[in-house]
Amino acid sequence: MELILIIIGAVFVNNIVLSKFLGICPFIGVSNKVDTAIGMTGAVTFVMVLATLVTYLIQVYILEKLGIEFMQTVSYILIIAALVQLVEIILKKVSPPLYQALGIFLPLITTNCAILGVAILAVQNEFNLVESVIYAFANAVGFGLALVTFSGIREQLELADIPEGMKGVPIAFVIAGILAMAFMGFSNLV
Amino acid sequence: MAKKESTFTNMLLTLVLVSLISSAGLGFIYEVTKEPIAVAKDNKKRLAIKRVVPVFTNNPSDQALKIPADNDTVYIYTAINGTDTVGYAIETFTNKGYSGYFKLLAGFLPDGSIYDIAVLEHKESPGLGDQMLKAKSDWSNQFEGKNPENFTLKVSKDGGNVDAITASTITSRAYCDAVQRAYDALKKGGQQ
Amino acid sequence: MKQWKNFAKGFIKENPVFILFLGLCPTLGTTGSAINGISMGLATMAVLVMSNVVISVFGKFIPAKVRIPSYIVIIASFVTIVDLLMQAYLNTPGPHGEPSLYDSLGIFIPLIVVNCIVLGRAEAFASKNTVLTSLIDGVGMGLGFSFALFLLGSVRELLGAGSIFGMKFIEGNGILLFVMPPGAFLALGYLIAIMSKIKNQLVNS
Repeated sequence: MELILIIIGAVFVNNIVLSKFLGICPFIGVSNKVDTAIGMTGAVTFVMVLATLVTYLIQVYILEKLGIEFMQTVSYILIIAALVQLVEIILKKVSPPLYQALGIFLPLITTNCAILGVAILAVQNEFNLVESVIYAFANAVGFGLALVTFSGIREQLELADIPEGMKGVPIAFVIAGILAMAFMGFSNLV
Repeated sequence: MAKKESTFTNMLLTLVLVSLISSAGLGFIYEVTKEPIAVAKDNKKRLAIKRVVPVFTNNPSDQALKIPADNDTVYIYTAINGTDTVGYAIETFTNKGYSGYFKLLAGFLPDGSIYDIAVLEHKESPGLGDQMLKAKSDWSNQFEGKNPENFTLKVSKDGGNVDAITASTITSRAYCDAVQRAYDALKKGGQQ
Repeated sequence: MKQWKNFAKGFIKENPVFILFLGLCPTLGTTGSAINGISMGLATMAVLVMSNVVISVFGKFIPAKVRIPSYIVIIASFVTIVDLLMQAYLNTPGPHGEPSLYDSLGIFIPLIVVNCIVLGRAEAFASKNTVLTSLIDGVGMGLGFSFALFLLGSVRELLGAGSIFGMKFIEGNGILLFVMPPGAFLALGYLIAIMSKIKNQLVNS
């Protein structure tokens, strides 16, 4: 029950992009095509779950044990950077097709604040290991839901007649605003 | 100092050096700010407690009575002036807000009546649910001086004594739920 | 004159938010009010200036292949320093129990480390320029970022709550949508359109 609440909360109610404002750069940057949006979602899901799992273990077994919680930001970002590299190398060796699909997105992920944000939020919410991993996964799904919906709208938008000054990024933000309004309808779900 | 060439030794040396210097720097700043951070945290709680109970002389946040409630914990802080207990500040919560969880600090007098209530953290909608904040409206004043023993902590729609915030019945219900939880904890704590 | 140009470019011509679209998460997340917006901007500027200076001094000693990890460690350290200092000295709640500045910026303080502006300036500018030029670049870019956050925060606060810096101009509630998440996207979208128009006119003239 608790886990279901975490999932619904992260995917719909407090959507990571539309209500917490994390991961905006890829949200605006790689949302022109539905295909790329799906690829990005795959890469983010992979890294987000893995990063949250590893940072959770580091937090509990190293940082808290030694009383050096202030090293949190430094160690987390290093772990994420290293993980992204590792995933890139392993994917290249083990599954070239998957690397083809996700490879170009991987370098962008280190500076995707959604990854670091979720890792920190999982600790701040005092989740246990299982809850943290579920939370990370749910947030990745939420990210994907917002990104894929958004890119679907932007594909249609290319055919629309938009005022000159609003073309490109400005209209994208307006659309995102309307999408965020739609997500507000989920407010009372949990 | 390492030169520009990317040999293995150079790279290793640079990374070790960079990490060492920054951890040393951080450790130093951490030691310097440790005290002020602890003071700031303590102050925050003290200021909040001050707002919901009469004048006290002890440091209520020093010891809290923990009462488990609905998979979470309610904290009771006792305010003492000299030797007399003047009130209880109770950190309580609800999961039923319009945006889920929010946290209140409810102050009770020793006779069980409500002295004052403050919102600690919330995500309720601006302009609607956030009217429960003291800074936004005087809605929450209706609780002051009431004793939950003869004041039913439910909105009038549900047969209680509380006037709901216009257009924010869910927030009002949740607020009552949190205060009720605090009161129950106080009763439970009193028996211990 | 050259340094002045270097300093001023961050405000309009190369404004990190309106023109380069960097650091959008804190831009949207902390601009519910003008004061939060400008505080976030200044915190980011502090990190940016310090990392720019340090990297312009030591950058040439760092082998190319471990450049990025080294920069990340340096930046993350400065972020933690700013975080600790704010937690210690900017952590007093308001008179009516409003959250302290540190609490209202919340998770966006540690997230300065993944703000593309900081790493971007380190990699593209500070590692190739002198200390003074990098310092001025950091201050200019930081102020440009703060300016953008202040502008967005003011617009949202004015429309959403009828006030700026907490001072009421208009009685009543205002258009509440603008202090909620959707309003952040809408206001930023229109601001970007307006600012790029201004920039184009500046460049053409």
